[in-house]
Amino acid sequence: MAQEMVTKADPADPMLEGLRDLASDWSADQEVFKSVHWGKAMMWIFLLSDTFIFSCFLTSYMTMRASVTEAWPNASEVFALTIAGNSIPLILIAIMTFVLISSSGTMAMAVNFGYRRDRRKTAALMFATALLGATFVGMQAFEWTKLIHEGVRPWGNPMGAAQFGASFFMITGFHGLHVSAGVIMLLIVASKVLRGHYDRSGDYSAVEIAGLYWHFVDLVWVFIFAFFYLW
Amino acid sequence: MATTLADDLTPLHHPKTWIGKYVWSLDHKVIAIQYSLTAIAIGLVALVLSALMRLQLGFPDTFDFIQPTQYLQYVTMHGMIMVVYLLTALLLGGFGNYLIPLMVGARDMVFPFVNMLSYWVYLLAVIVLVASFFVPGGPTGAGWTLYPPQTILEGTPGHQYGIILMLVSLALFIVGFTMGGLNYVTTVLQARCKGMTLMRMPCSVWGIFVASIMALLAFPALFVAAIMMLLDRIAGTSFFMPAIISMGKELGYEGGSPILFQHLFWFFGHPEVYIVALPAFGIVSDLISVHARKNIFGYRMMVWAIVIIGALSFFVWAHHMYVSGMNPYFGYFFATSTLIIAIPTAIKVYNWMLTLWRGDIHLRVPMLFAIGFLFSFIHGGLTGLFLGNVSVDVPLSDTFFVVGHFHMVMGVSPILVIFGAIYHWYPKITGRMWNETLGKIHFWITFLGVYAVYLPMHYLGFLGVPRRYYALGETAFIPDSVHLANQAITIAALIVFVAQMLFFWNMFWSLFRGPKADPNPWGATTLEWQTPETPPGHGNWGPKLPVVYRWAYDYSVPGAPRDFIPQNEPPADEQHRS
Repeated sequence: MAQEMVTKADPADPMLEGLRDLASDWSADQEVFKSVHWGKAMMWIFLLSDTFIFSCFLTSYMTMRASVTEAWPNASEVFALTIAGNSIPLILIAIMTFVLISSSGTMAMAVNFGYRRDRRKTAALMFATALLGATFVGMQAFEWTKLIHEGVRPWGNPMGAAQFGASFFMITGFHGLHVSAGVIMLLIVASKVLRGHYDRSGDYSAVEIAGLYWHFVDLVWVFIFAFFYLW
Repeated sequence: MATTLADDLTPLHHPKTWIGKYVWSLDHKVIAIQYSLTAIAIGLVALVLSALMRLQLGFPDTFDFIQPTQYLQYVTMHGMIMVVYLLTALLLGGFGNYLIPLMVGARDMVFPFVNMLSYWVYLLAVIVLVASFFVPGGPTGAGWTLYPPQTILEGTPGHQYGIILMLVSLALFIVGFTMGGLNYVTTVLQARCKGMTLMRMPCSVWGIFVASIMALLAFPALFVAAIMMLLDRIAGTSFFMPAIISMGKELGYEGGSPILFQHLFWFFGHPEVYIVALPAFGIVSDLISVHARKNIFGYRMMVWAIVIIGALSFFVWAHHMYVSGMNPYFGYFFATSTLIIAIPTAIKVYNWMLTLWRGDIHLRVPMLFAIGFLFSFIHGGLTGLFLGNVSVDVPLSDTFFVVGHFHMVMGVSPILVIFGAIYHWYPKITGRMWNETLGKIHFWITFLGVYAVYLPMHYLGFLGVPRRYYALGETAFIPDSVHLANQAITIAALIVFVAQMLFFWNMFWSLFRGPKADPNPWGATTLEWQTPETPPGHGNWGPKLPVVYRWAYDYSVPGAPRDFIPQNEPPADEQHRS
């Protein structure tokens, strides 16, 4: 074959040869990603697509924020809670972020125990993850309620540009839906783990796939946190 | 859910009832046919709408039931249906579903259930779309680009409910497509048969594969735009809506950016052109190669051109917005990137030509359509160069030149390939052969007809005739010849319209009365023609999966016993290409 002849022709360049090996490994038969579970490959591709959705949301929000003429409300003040007489900026968001990132920790441990086929620990950690996720959604509901009480609406708010409320509800709402869907998925997979479904099929990949999705939702939150609350 | 491909049939779902086999089917071939028939059915609606538009343009003041409102609704729905619900669904959902598993040697898509769901969500999207014809105010008449602010303002037809249903339908379509697209991409990546390397895949699979990836990355922008516009319409947000005084009263909107919608829309909209074009490029490469009995010229270049076109198409979207009021300096960048796409595209066109060169060309119906595509695509591609340049685009914007251009390049060209592909694979899908004479008549009327329709439109565009106008009236700069040309176009369009009935009759009649087809009537090398049964049975390959030993284009190999060597023929006689 022509390709092999070319490879032999310049053995002097290891860099080029390495690239050629990489290309021929990738384009070899049957599987591009060797021994990667179909569901896992599909989840990665889905997450790539979902990344574009969140990027479009965030980019739209940023262009809007840059172009509105009215003043943009100060996130530190809007998202402050008064605890024991002191107004603490972003305290709820900080706790929410802490909860969500901790849930990624429990999820990573669940995946680890899944690899070891430890049915009980895997299920317990996944339930813990789901609980943390539900807590996050609960706190988000609290935050929404508080803002709605303060008069923030999709079409306007007393603090400044109308797009503030609109993009807040849209972006955190869309992310909240993702977290809620993730909690449901975690509960389903965890109960299947507990019932020994994956011990019978001999394949714990579903735990890892659920984990991929969960970490993604977590990562997206970091961007929302940075671009919406900290900016 | 095996991680490696095994020859066992256990993961396959075996339906027992008729409903399980043909309605709630998990079989990619049945899903493909469901997708195709639904797409063609809704496409027929769009075809009828285009005929109504032409009646109004050719013979204004003749048809009382076509008022400006209806005319705008026809324009909008025709465009949206043709681009999204017909072409995208048929090429990816239809051909993608049918061809990918068969061509890469898989038993089915990797997740048949998700694949089935994809079709049913698509059907739901179509039903919601059709429902908009029956709500008060009718479907939206905002133009298929749905530009705000006019889209949701009073005065635009369908601003009450039509636009809501349109946006919901688009969002549903995207959800449905995502489920299918994930399957297509994962199947190509992870479920090929033994010996099927990426560089042995037929061009059809490459085209559909890259288009599916692009769709997964481009549709999100439309999804986001649809959600934001829905919120603007329903929840009173002002994402795309600036402060507006409409009919003397101040609307509640403030501070939104209409240009933002255009950016989101075209970030989807331009890749969409190639989502439709790339599968057509791939399929036409295979049609030309099979019917010219020659290997495709420059296979590697053809594959890379598909990949490069796919990547570049994400960097050209604002060439649709030269006159929209964005920063004029963007024009430099977007004109440059647009013209760069002409390079890989020209490589493809030259390679198609060079495949025909000295080939043993069989002018059967699929080949006629493939060659017809070359004409219409070169034509549409060259007018694209006009419109890609800012200084030429500005005067031609929103004229019939644009209409002529994009109908040639992304309307007629993919449709010709789709016709060719249906004629080409019909014997495999149904096990019957269609009528050759009817097919040839269908081709000639369609091919000559579309030129009679779209060539004059370029001339109208140069005269400055605007698009989307209900009637031209007594405008000084529009000479009488324009009205004559419009009548001629309408008559040609109606003839083409009627000629399509020949196609449907041919397909329908052959289904029952056509002669039994040979399993491999064209002498093609690719795997779908080597199935043990015709039409392929459930699981495609019988007890053992095929093994591939060569690329997809071993035609007219010197010394071989036949003028083609199937991909799964072992190299026992060592006559394969060196």
